[in-house]
Amino acid sequence: MTNSLWGRLDDPAGNAGHTDHPPRMGFFTDTSVCIGCKACEVACKEWNEVPEDGYLLTGMSYDNTQQLGASTWRHVAFVEKPAETVETVDLGMPEVGLPGASGDAGVKWLMSSDVCKHCTHAACLDVCPTGALFRTEFGTVVVQPDVCNGCGYCVPACPYGVIDIRPEDGRAFKCTLCYDRLKEGQKPACAQACPTESIQFGEVDELRERAAARVEELHARGVDVARLYGADPEDGVGGDGAFFLLLDEPEVYGLPPDPVVTTRDLGSIWKHVGGAAAAIVGLGVASFMGRRR
Amino acid sequence: MAEAHPVGFQWVMEAKRRGATIIHVDPRFTRTSAVADVHVPIRAGSDIAFLGGLVNHVLTTESYFRDYVVAYTNAANIVDEGFEDTEDLDGLFSGFDAEQAHYDPVSWRYQAPDDRSPDEEKRLQQIREDESGGGGQKESHVAAQSESHGSGGAAVPWKGKRDETLQDPRCVFQILKRHFARYTPEMVQEVCGIAPADFAEVADALVRNSGRERTSALAYAVGWTHHSTGAQTIRTGSILQLLLGNIGRPGGGIIALRGHASIQGSTDIPTLFNILPGYLPMPHANQHQSLDEWVRDDEGKAGFWGNIRSYAVSLLKSYWGDAATADNDFCFDYLPRLTGDHSTYNTVKSQIEGGCKGYFLVGENPAVGSANGKMQRLGMANLDWLVVRDLQMIESATFWKDGPEIETGELVTEDIGTEIFFLPAASHVEKAGSFTQTQRMLQWRDKAVEPPGDARSELDFYFDLGVRIRERLAGSTDEMDRPLLDLAWDYPTDEKGEVDGQAVLREINGTGPDGAALSAYTELKPDGSTACGCWIYCGVYADEVNQARRRKPAWEQDEVAAEWGWAWPANRRILYNRASAAPDGSPWSERKKYVWWDAEKGRWVGRDVPDFVPDRAPDHVPEEGATGPDAIGGQDPFVMQTDGKGWLFAPVGLADGPMPSHYEPPESPVRNPLYGQQNNPTRRKYAHPANPINPSWSEVFPYVFTSYRLTEHHTAGGMSRTLPYLTELQPEPFCEISPRLAAERGLEHGGWATIVTARTAIEARVLVTDRVRSLRLGDTFVEQIGLPYHWGRNGISQGDSANDLVNITMDPNVYIQDKVGTCDIRPGRRPRGPALLAFVDGYRRRAGVDPDDPTDGGADR
Amino acid sequence: MARGERPMVPDVEFESYYGRPILKEPTWKTPDVPLYLFLGGMAGCSAVLAEGAALTGRPELERVARMAAAGGAAAGTVALVHDLGRPERFLNMLRVIKPTSPLSVGSYILAPFSALSGAAAASNVTGLLPRLGRLAGLGAAAFGPPLATYTAALFANTAVPAWHEAHRELPFVFGGSGAQAAGGLAMLLVPLDQAGPARRMALAGAVVEIVAAESIVLRRGLVAEPYRKGLPGRLMRIARAATAVASAATVVGGRRSRIVAAAAGATYVAASVVTRFGVFEAGMDSARDPKYTVVPQRERLAARSESSTPQR
Repeated sequence: MTNSLWGRLDDPAGNAGHTDHPPRMGFFTDTSVCIGCKACEVACKEWNEVPEDGYLLTGMSYDNTQQLGASTWRHVAFVEKPAETVETVDLGMPEVGLPGASGDAGVKWLMSSDVCKHCTHAACLDVCPTGALFRTEFGTVVVQPDVCNGCGYCVPACPYGVIDIRPEDGRAFKCTLCYDRLKEGQKPACAQACPTESIQFGEVDELRERAAARVEELHARGVDVARLYGADPEDGVGGDGAFFLLLDEPEVYGLPPDPVVTTRDLGSIWKHVGGAAAAIVGLGVASFMGRRR
Repeated sequence: MAEAHPVGFQWVMEAKRRGATIIHVDPRFTRTSAVADVHVPIRAGSDIAFLGGLVNHVLTTESYFRDYVVAYTNAANIVDEGFEDTEDLDGLFSGFDAEQAHYDPVSWRYQAPDDRSPDEEKRLQQIREDESGGGGQKESHVAAQSESHGSGGAAVPWKGKRDETLQDPRCVFQILKRHFARYTPEMVQEVCGIAPADFAEVADALVRNSGRERTSALAYAVGWTHHSTGAQTIRTGSILQLLLGNIGRPGGGIIALRGHASIQGSTDIPTLFNILPGYLPMPHANQHQSLDEWVRDDEGKAGFWGNIRSYAVSLLKSYWGDAATADNDFCFDYLPRLTGDHSTYNTVKSQIEGGCKGYFLVGENPAVGSANGKMQRLGMANLDWLVVRDLQMIESATFWKDGPEIETGELVTEDIGTEIFFLPAASHVEKAGSFTQTQRMLQWRDKAVEPPGDARSELDFYFDLGVRIRERLAGSTDEMDRPLLDLAWDYPTDEKGEVDGQAVLREINGTGPDGAALSAYTELKPDGSTACGCWIYCGVYADEVNQARRRKPAWEQDEVAAEWGWAWPANRRILYNRASAAPDGSPWSERKKYVWWDAEKGRWVGRDVPDFVPDRAPDHVPEEGATGPDAIGGQDPFVMQTDGKGWLFAPVGLADGPMPSHYEPPESPVRNPLYGQQNNPTRRKYAHPANPINPSWSEVFPYVFTSYRLTEHHTAGGMSRTLPYLTELQPEPFCEISPRLAAERGLEHGGWATIVTARTAIEARVLVTDRVRSLRLGDTFVEQIGLPYHWGRNGISQGDSANDLVNITMDPNVYIQDKVGTCDIRPGRRPRGPALLAFVDGYRRRAGVDPDDPTDGGADR
Repeated sequence: MARGERPMVPDVEFESYYGRPILKEPTWKTPDVPLYLFLGGMAGCSAVLAEGAALTGRPELERVARMAAAGGAAAGTVALVHDLGRPERFLNMLRVIKPTSPLSVGSYILAPFSALSGAAAASNVTGLLPRLGRLAGLGAAAFGPPLATYTAALFANTAVPAWHEAHRELPFVFGGSGAQAAGGLAMLLVPLDQAGPARRMALAGAVVEIVAAESIVLRRGLVAEPYRKGLPGRLMRIARAATAVASAATVVGGRRSRIVAAAAGATYVAASVVTRFGVFEAGMDSARDPKYTVVPQRERLAARSESSTPQR
């Protein structure tokens, strides 16, 4: 089991024990052509019979979905920002919040359809104590609802805040990358519904090449802000099965700038737990030493 | 376009990916603006000024496509000496009758040729007689206006005199130049709130991308049309595209984005009062006493429209089959007749006044979706019966118990006598049929699932209704019942008793004497040997195959994709494509090669079906006295026009002038900077106490509002507010305002606002956003309030209807309302119940709305 | 977020999506989970105490500690099962063994511990099968320390910044806190003459806990902020103060006064409970505020790009 906890891993399905499996499948979401129509959100819910997730006008631009969750497996973010602040954003750049009075400055409106990243090293899967979460032959990560007992461990384990418990149900849910459709040789519902090919489905290796070419193309056109997110197999989760082309810093879209799978530190964690357990033993022994009183 | 047509917008994104520049001109910053290269905010209702500015730019910088303009447009035509422009009359054209508020267009005509043919001499005499008779505009033209001209457009009496040097001061080109001279970039800023630099960016991009090697397209939706000057806005776009040579060529054109699926189809096979299938004019009760009189105006004119008798007779044959014979004028007398304006808003007025007693609402929710919802509901409350066929229990079926007027006490449930029949309808996936989209393309869809419960398709419903009515009337000897009893009403049904939609499509396509499906409208005959339900659709069932059902994928054919669906006429994908070749028949450029003359074969060839007489040589000059298609010259690409040219100047056919002029919307905070004439002088007012108009420049109503759609919802909301998955995406009505307006009126993001007009007040949640810009017009700011109009009182998510605010003042050509109005906005929710009436009344009094003339804002001179 | 609110994150400069959290707040319920942490720690260390007492012949201490071990394990199991979204599927935990899942590992600690400590306590109380009872007690003592500390792995092996970044210290906080609770409970219930080891265990545990908790704050920078601020900050301070008071009382009067010893013991127990709530809430706070996710990750990226060529 090489690199099964962290680092580069070229064949997650094989690593999970699948032999003779199909190529790893995933999404490349190109937000530069996303028009925010939310067809992905609706198609996902229709196909997967995901319940509605509340009727709330949030005031967050046109985003009334707010976030990914147990009952939202695709989420389109809407970011309104003054048009000037395009280039290199660093920590010195104040938070945008909501559109304020920015005088005569133009505005830019970024849209991005977020989804489960189907990490190469999926913390949700690793911490699941029941085996409800598993790695499919396509290299994707899926919850089996008939096994999940709702322990909730996957929820804080996810570095992207994707998976969640559906309170009225008690179990954890998230994007399955339409496992049922994949098995029939079909595209996931969201990619099928996307009118502008912002959501592209395919073999992860091929998608990575396509994404790299797209970034180059955009850079050549002067769109310097274009960058890939989650496409690097050397990153903290070993690369995402669902990765993105973004036009701003990840955190602007609600994505962590440098996610790391928690199991990277699993060795250290167990070592320290062991140390502490030994300390208790030592402490116990020491407590019975000395004068008898 | 991305907002309301996300699926169609994929092609815009595809074009962008290939390097196209996307320019978006819109009062609000939408999903389209987000991905466009340039977004230009504009004051709602000022489009003619902006487009006029572009026309002026193209003319003054001599950036027009000269060869195209000279050969293919009427730029060279000399206009009659009697014509006077808005330049001469401060915003009016010659021929205005102030009392009737309409134009007699006779002075707009082309100058009569010096060497007139006998026929032309006859027409000139007729015109002179009409003139001396005192501007005798025919009643039918008042009643049916532009659309009564059918798909051929208005007929000119002669091709007229031309000066191809374009120097004659009375040629169209020079008139156009003078007319648009005042539409300068500075004026555009003054009227539209667009900075000269932004204007220059658009103008340069458009000019740079037009000509021999390149073409540009304009795409519009109801932001252009829903105005009291709507038709003229489209005219301005047409003038611009003709000057740039962008019509009839690949990548060019003016693309109408329809309101929803098959709106194009619903004008081709119309749901309008003044046209019949294929844009045949609806006959008028007095003027059209016989088939001959009906087709007389158009028969024999140059172009394919000259064969109108074949189309008309074939339509009558399809309606009445064997009963239609030459002896009985092919049952022409069975056709209903126009007696006046029977458009939707006049019908509503008639309902309120008690003249209209029954109403069918089919997939339409006027209580929410039409302007001035109160009038709609008052009308429906005064009927004997109302049939509502819809997927959901919409507001138009429940207004009698929970409408806004019940809340205010204006209507009392017990007093409403309307008997309402609600009939569940099958949705588009629950029935087979065709949609006709904006490219005139028919696309067939099969039934995916059975409709639930009692829901039925429209086809099934109307067929059954016809069967039952005919059963009731069976044996009747009353002449009045003959049209129904003689109808050809014999469609094949399947084992469930449902009509096969393809049989109807085949009937529309038409059949010949042998009963076989026809292949082209050129096969239609005036002798009753052919039947055709819609002449322009002839060929959709060619070779007994449902051509609309073809789904050959893009990668198996070229970019014209002629084997996907079927486009009328004749599966032609670009109309007037003769213009894609130079006058001599060769392509304008290799890059934009589309249809061209093959001298060897002696035919027009190319990627599309040529929109021309197939073997008409480019140098062909029609014989004196030729009629119909024979009269088309080799360099006359606009084959449906009687002079074969694209009209920069419309000598006839429009109710409000031969050229577009900017007029302010009926409600405006701005004085028209272009002319002393504030509003469209021929706008159709709608006088009713429930339709008072905010006075122009009123300080009580200082803001502009405009209604629009959101991607997440569908028109009046019946198909979206009722569905959890769509409702959760936009769960409440809101208004969008600029940070400046928020500060000015103390409106809080996420809080409530009340928006008030002289009609009523509604409430909505507030979104403060930089996407709504404060527009600077000279020294003042104009604030615009954006209002999605999808909500009503039924469904999962409920709220006030924005259309209750919209006044009814109509374009004089097509009777569409003006979606722009003025209003006030204040923080907090609106008063409830009768208090709302008192609240709005207070506004009316403060604004000085004249109770005796509620329709006039006092802006007319 | 309440409707209409304009969410803002004050002070620290960083970008976020409307101030919304990036991570999902753990769905673990309170008091179930903090109580479970406490009970597991107390029970695990009590098993050690019980075995020591048995070996050194302190029957009172042994009895109390065995009861504490068994009772804590049983109550902890109830709390744990109650926290599940689908409690009836508790046994699904035992479908697989996954070293990557501390909850899975914990199930294989808790299950035998519960059985062994229960058997040992039953034997102790009834006097039946004394040999097997002792053997069970020995087993429980073996599973006890891991039971007391694995819960630190449970928390640390998440993306929650205040937990994960403290993964080196948390086991000692939990272990120390467990020892303190086990010792404290015995101080409360066992006569002075047999409670010496309990006092020493509590005292030593308290020292370990305080040192470990303090070093989180000292060493973990921004992500340790929740341990000092807000509700968790208050809880941690209360627990710290209570521990200090109990320790002082133990040193001064724990050997002489039954009342002082009992009071100190009870305070230790309470402090241990409060510590668990504090750690729990600190994690919740750090997940809730995107600052704790974004800023450290940004710093990490900045450090990395300093040491190599920047990559987009």
